[in-house]
Amino acid sequence: MYRYDEFDHQLVNERVAQFANQVARRLSGELTEDEFKPLRLMNGVYLQLHAYMLRIAIPYGTLSSRQLRMLAHIGRTYDRGYGHFTTRQNLQFNWPALKDVPDILKDLASVEMHCIQTSGNCIRNVTSDQYAGAAKNEIEDPRIISEIIRQWSTFHPEFSFLPRKFKIAVSGTPDDRAAIRVHDIGIQIVQDGAGNIGYEVYVGGGLGRTPMIAKKIADFVPKEDLLAYLEAVMRVYNMYGRRDNMYKSRIKILVHEIGAEEMKRQVDAEFAEIRKAGTLHLPQEEVDRIQAYFRPPAFETLPDESTELNKAVLADTGFANWVKSNIAAHKIPGYAIVNISLKPIGGTPGDCTSDQMDAVADIAEKFSFDEVRVTHEQNLTLAHVRKKDLYAVYEALKAHDLATPNINLITDQIACPGLDYCSLANARSIPIAQRISERFADIARQHEIGELKINTSGCINACGHHHVGHIGILGVDKKGVEYYQVTLGGAADEKTAIGDIVGPAFTEDEIVDAVEKVVNIYLDKREAGERFIDTYRRIGLAPFKENLYATH
Amino acid sequence: MQLIKNGEFIEDSFVAVGDEDALPDGPVIVSLERWQAERETLSARNTPLGVRLKSGQEPSVIADDLDKLSVVALEFPAYRNGRAYSYARLLRERYGYKGEVRAVGNVLRDQFQFMIRCGFDALEVSDNITPEIWAECSNFFSLFYQPAADGKPTVLSLRQRLAARAQSSDTA
Repeated sequence: MYRYDEFDHQLVNERVAQFANQVARRLSGELTEDEFKPLRLMNGVYLQLHAYMLRIAIPYGTLSSRQLRMLAHIGRTYDRGYGHFTTRQNLQFNWPALKDVPDILKDLASVEMHCIQTSGNCIRNVTSDQYAGAAKNEIEDPRIISEIIRQWSTFHPEFSFLPRKFKIAVSGTPDDRAAIRVHDIGIQIVQDGAGNIGYEVYVGGGLGRTPMIAKKIADFVPKEDLLAYLEAVMRVYNMYGRRDNMYKSRIKILVHEIGAEEMKRQVDAEFAEIRKAGTLHLPQEEVDRIQAYFRPPAFETLPDESTELNKAVLADTGFANWVKSNIAAHKIPGYAIVNISLKPIGGTPGDCTSDQMDAVADIAEKFSFDEVRVTHEQNLTLAHVRKKDLYAVYEALKAHDLATPNINLITDQIACPGLDYCSLANARSIPIAQRISERFADIARQHEIGELKINTSGCINACGHHHVGHIGILGVDKKGVEYYQVTLGGAADEKTAIGDIVGPAFTEDEIVDAVEKVVNIYLDKREAGERFIDTYRRIGLAPFKENLYATH
Repeated sequence: MQLIKNGEFIEDSFVAVGDEDALPDGPVIVSLERWQAERETLSARNTPLGVRLKSGQEPSVIADDLDKLSVVALEFPAYRNGRAYSYARLLRERYGYKGEVRAVGNVLRDQFQFMIRCGFDALEVSDNITPEIWAECSNFFSLFYQPAADGKPTVLSLRQRLAARAQSSDTA
């Protein structure tokens, strides 16, 4: 993975010193909370319902064991012994004291980490595919260009006060695990007929109160020009994005209002000028330098089949279930991708204790080249595990309650923090996700239902990505009572779709039954080999709507 | 309000005049509307002239007038409104403007360095800004990842220099 050079180190250290000074001014009373707000928001410090929340950047979701251990240490020392992995592949601590934040930043800097641009109206942490470097059909490792974008966007003087926050995601495979079409900019790595690597660029996707699917405005931006192209998109947005209404200030609204064609025309014109100036031309030597950090690890030559694995699957049904749902195919024979679920039955999606972080760090060090990935679905991934080690990895994970066999199944839900933590929320999300999880706890039943993604948000800002859940749940407040609206048919992959609202919202007491009813309708209607989303795409909303409200 | 230009706290020789105000003698800064309405009169005055652009008034509207202007003042109606960062870069990098680019309006100390990088050489700042604060806040960062209007070497160019040095010492 990428390692800081002297320049990267110096910049982060300068930022730590700057923020320590700002915190000192706040603590001494020199700055009021109002004056401090824009400063803390530049550095991932939010004021939540009960306390400050600190959001730590995990660039494109990649962590070394050493970094994960430092996160565990911070959780133990300055927080309540746990952290929360987010849909942005970041980590949040919910209870740090403001006076400790400078020390936390120093600790982070010692392992090449920071909170830079994890909040505020700037270019946020770049997200990518958790299977980077391991996926079979990968065109190029997306972390290379993600790191280049990270550097270009860090403390960008022109784009630090954008109309609104700005999120970029990169996918290196045709099947999209990074949800690029619901980002402000989605970058799809492609290859032309001559074998050159370039980028399809999508703009104007996003969720929130106005969900939009991004429009493709470039079919092939050459690698050397990508930063110039991104700067062109950003400049058009910075100059023409709306600033009169924060709910209409994301780039998706600009693209929607002027149309994708006009957006493309303006970006192309700006791109031509920037390209002509030449200052953002990306030299091959720099690409090579960064690429070298992402060289494939020293894979062994192994048979693809593992007798150890096959034996263990037969001997241990728990393990067999886990292999069935949590393991993905690897591009190298004899290796597998391991997904670690942070969705135990009845737990809080994305929460991880410091002890669990240490355990994962140890397992990654021993079995997966010292590296861990965070997924936008709030799980963890060990990208390169030998098949013959899978049982040992399973046992080690199990000892720390980390072997829940539910990846992509109905209990592998995304949920925002909701009213339990967040000052914006209208309703609780976590308890709803927990109750759904408990209702469907039976593993045989989960496998019978198959792939089904339930996403829950506690307000229309949609941090729980409800619009793109196969089943989406949105908490709303009606005269002080929490209600839950259900959408069906959403997806965040290469066939991105915004879910359809099924009908009137359900009460807290009704919502879990309603979800179960939706599942039963699907089981009743599905044809052989269909997942929930396939059935939904085939039969549409009507059968669900009819049956769901039939007994009301 | 005080003016900092090229790092010096200086007396502002320009007077900002409203659209209805009579023009005083000496250098003035007028709105874009007044410049467009009174272009002839204003050009005929034998004294330095500035134009002030509001957020939403792009520099392209004065691109052909720049040789007549000693100051282009760009307004920050709120610190959150960062449009003028792009305007400043366009003035410097696209239109090659060499005169004063002045930041006016809601200018926070924590933004000084971003403004300088984008090509502002003059900033109207609140009276509580001291030379010490300016020195600190205009130099928070000593390294820059991306090119901007200030022409400062980027981290990339520093890396290339290091690599070249390493190579030449290898061959020596």
